[in-house]
Amino acid sequence: MSAARSESGSVLSHALKDALLAGIVAFGLFILLLGFLTEDSRGPLQLIRRPGLLASAVGAVFAGRFIVSLIYYNFEAIRTGLGALWDAIVRFCHLYKWWLVAAFLAAAALRIYFVPQSWPLMLLIVSATLIGLRSGLSAALLVIAVVFPVAFYNNPYFLGIAIIILTYIMLGWGLNIVVGLAGLLDLGYVAFYAVGAYSYAIIAQAYGWSFWVCLPLAGLFAAFFGILLGFPVLRLRGDYLAIVTLAFGEIVRIVLLNWISLTNGPNGIGSIPRASFFGIPFTPNDDGFAATFGLEFDPTHRTVFLFYVILALALITNWVTIRLRKLPVGRAWEALREDEIAVRSLGINPTNTKLTAFAIGAMFGGFAGAFFATRQGFISPDSFTFPESALILAIVVLGGMGSQIGVAIAATVMTASFELFREFEQFRLVIFGFAMVGIMVWRPRGLVSTREPTAYLREKKTISVEHVAEGRG
Amino acid sequence: MTNAPILSLDELTMRFGGLLAVDRLTLEAKRGDITALIGPNGAGKTTVFNCITGFYEPTSGSIRVTHDDGKAFALEKLADFRIAQRVHVARTFQNIRLFAGMTALENLLVAQHNTLMVKSGYSILGLFGTPGYRNAEREAIELARHWLAKTQLTERADDPAGSLPYGAQRRLEIARAMCTRPVLLCLDEPAAGLNPRESDELNGLLRSIKSETKTSILLIEHDMNVVMEISDHVVVLDHGKKISEGTPAFVRNDPKVIAAYLGVEEDAVDEAEAEVGL
Amino acid sequence: MEYFLQQLINGLALGSIYGLVAIGYTMVYGIIGMINFAHGDIFMVGTFIALIAFLILVAIGITAIPLALFLVLLIAMLLTSLYGWAVERIAYRPLRGSFRLAPLISAIGMSIVLQNYVQLAQGARVKTLQPLITGVHTLLDLGNRLVVQISNIQILIIVTTLALMSGFTWLISSTSLGRDMRACEQDLKMAALLGVDTNRTISLTFLIGAALASVAGMMYLLYYGVIDFHIGFVAGVKAFTAAVLGGIGSLPGAMLGGLLIGLIETYWSAYFSVQYKDVAAFSILIVVLIFMPTGILGKPEVEKV
Repeated sequence: MSAARSESGSVLSHALKDALLAGIVAFGLFILLLGFLTEDSRGPLQLIRRPGLLASAVGAVFAGRFIVSLIYYNFEAIRTGLGALWDAIVRFCHLYKWWLVAAFLAAAALRIYFVPQSWPLMLLIVSATLIGLRSGLSAALLVIAVVFPVAFYNNPYFLGIAIIILTYIMLGWGLNIVVGLAGLLDLGYVAFYAVGAYSYAIIAQAYGWSFWVCLPLAGLFAAFFGILLGFPVLRLRGDYLAIVTLAFGEIVRIVLLNWISLTNGPNGIGSIPRASFFGIPFTPNDDGFAATFGLEFDPTHRTVFLFYVILALALITNWVTIRLRKLPVGRAWEALREDEIAVRSLGINPTNTKLTAFAIGAMFGGFAGAFFATRQGFISPDSFTFPESALILAIVVLGGMGSQIGVAIAATVMTASFELFREFEQFRLVIFGFAMVGIMVWRPRGLVSTREPTAYLREKKTISVEHVAEGRG
Repeated sequence: MTNAPILSLDELTMRFGGLLAVDRLTLEAKRGDITALIGPNGAGKTTVFNCITGFYEPTSGSIRVTHDDGKAFALEKLADFRIAQRVHVARTFQNIRLFAGMTALENLLVAQHNTLMVKSGYSILGLFGTPGYRNAEREAIELARHWLAKTQLTERADDPAGSLPYGAQRRLEIARAMCTRPVLLCLDEPAAGLNPRESDELNGLLRSIKSETKTSILLIEHDMNVVMEISDHVVVLDHGKKISEGTPAFVRNDPKVIAAYLGVEEDAVDEAEAEVGL
Repeated sequence: MEYFLQQLINGLALGSIYGLVAIGYTMVYGIIGMINFAHGDIFMVGTFIALIAFLILVAIGITAIPLALFLVLLIAMLLTSLYGWAVERIAYRPLRGSFRLAPLISAIGMSIVLQNYVQLAQGARVKTLQPLITGVHTLLDLGNRLVVQISNIQILIIVTTLALMSGFTWLISSTSLGRDMRACEQDLKMAALLGVDTNRTISLTFLIGAALASVAGMMYLLYYGVIDFHIGFVAGVKAFTAAVLGGIGSLPGAMLGGLLIGLIETYWSAYFSVQYKDVAAFSILIVVLIFMPTGILGKPEVEKV
């Protein structure tokens, strides 16, 4: 960080100078694109001048840079201050731990007493906190996930968002095998998601087989595509592999758009068979889920069921990944990420090792795709574009490559903020883009940037990130 | 038990464009011996290693490894990882190539990949943690523990390889190669960058590998202290050609070797020796 | 035959545009080894700046086409290169020397920012500019309406590209800035130790790359007359494909790759199907990379053991 400047006057003038410079640049950037609007309402394009917008945008940049500069030049002081505050809070919490827990429980009890319908939410918060205090963050998140549909049964909007989040967590975990563990940069992961979704839709429609038969088939198809792509290209390295996977993703999308007889082209496939409760459909009929179990029909039953299906799928992905990491194949993936030449010198077949990572990652992408298809009931190539791949990759990198919990947190934060700010449209996306830049600047190796060893002799020590390679593949 | 040499190169030639890095090199390494390959910088030693371990495909010539049971392998036709996998030739690297972000123990477990892979039923049995696989993993850790102890790394077993000091990294690389249970161990300058005490320890380690395992060793080394003390046989390369070979004592006094190291013609050495009355 | 020649001309014009954008990718990759994912969107910003500059010139009464073209070119290069500079300053410089994937994610973030910023500022609708440069020359007339033609705009595109390429080659090979850039490409750290101002050189690389992209953007606008905020992605992917095909890091490679992608696309559309032209381009990329893992003119990667 910059040398702390002692005199406040010079700090102020420096900040002003920075802000002025930023303002000038902003003026250059904005003068045409914000200063003028091109309108084509009446015949040829018209120009509309927007001096007010231009001035306020430049002013905003000026002010923003001024504040940032002030913070930057006083960084040390601010950091010490915040650090001391944080230390004090930690010490306080440590000293009065049990009082805090008691106060917390009392607050929850009071809230339930006055607002009885809030009990599920309180249950969720209390159980997650207590379990989190005892067994750590992962356990708390798991409890939240399991109790979530109970707490938010009456809120289909939240349930819907939770399902989307879990889908992205699963996709993130799937891609994490390829990028985080094996160190292979895959920019076309969405292709496998698409293959899964389309093979599910096509098989389910053509043969009428149930979800539980089509799901593994969709996964297998996706894995097959993974091998098909992987076999010729996995000897490419680094960014060559990245562009080839990107190209593959585009090829799959274009084929889906144009192979009308199979995929119905841009119009997509509709009325995909919905998931049933092991053969019992979620319909208001006599043979439906509600009637069979003597309940009143409620469309939320299906949503809750879907929630648990995707939760189970995601947890399976997680379990398999955690197990595989401790098996020879998983260690070989990580070794490959660290040093491919050394891997070869130890008699490990690098192509097969990469292929398994690619195929397993693709398979989980395929499962997620099949789930997506059955949840939506409608799929079209629009859902499988490059930004989708970029989002999943961003989740993996922001979460901290190779870290399961980091990926889950990143997927939750990104997807949730994405969904919750939907009404802000493009503006939200501008912020989202800047946030991606900001997080990378703040933590280039993601939120969780330590590595857990897969075996230990005496004691398990987490490995700090500076030793861990990213892979060149 | 066969009498054939563990390794024999016949007319091995490696050409990079216009550069003849190895020129019709013929040599043998005896079973159970420590054979040293020495020569000035740029003599083609590492190229020979890369040909033996399959990282380069030689332009011509043959490389043969014969196992104890008499089974022979033609290495020039095999891909790098197959040489390590089937023929059990292991190697270390001049600039250390450890898996820096993995612990020392994990490095040694990766080296036992092929055995463990079979025992884990190609991951399927391992996924469900069957007793067979759990036993195999325990054995793998035992082997790793053995080599960690031999290389005095037990204390650092759970530290990332990248955080170990230089000398420890060199030893860990040897331990990792030994965990593949090699018949032939190729060490590329194992003493480079070691201090005298460490290089003495290295001598001890290599001697004990020689006496306690059936592994033969092929060694590239500049540290003459190491070469002279532990080698059974020394081969000297210069400009890709073999210029001398024999016992350490013989090679040390061979004028051709001295000339190659000092960079003068052979006659000049004779003259110089005559002048000082040798 | 005449159809083949006609497509050759069309392909060359399209390929020139790709090539100009590809240079931006290849230069940045050569120097700091990152895929500048936002470069396609810089190209898109260039088309918008050119469009608005045209409209302003028309509004203030400068209608002489050559003068207007020159002024638009100047404005577009100037303002677009400012975008290139700003993107580097905000999103990449803080990550210099960081891990490989961090700048890539940051670049994807910037790409999202630029696309949505333009959509916010100018709306999502397609912008159409009526053709400014008209007129065609018949090169070959075989009667029976079998003719090979080249339009003025195609001539302009090919000539401008040639001129820029020669100027650019001169810049790289004969100026001190070019020498600094080549030094940084060889070894960034060593160049810094020898007194090359690497930050300045990298900034200038981004400036030049963006300026070339803006020229490509202006050509695109004149050639097709239709732009929207979304063209950056497709153009960017194609141009990046071109850079990789030619051998990333190699400037002649970028131009060659651009021309190849342009030709493949044009011929595929002409003889097979328009829908699958991108599939053709990408498939050829994959096939070329399988047999030449570092592209056509790329330096073969020596595996140091």
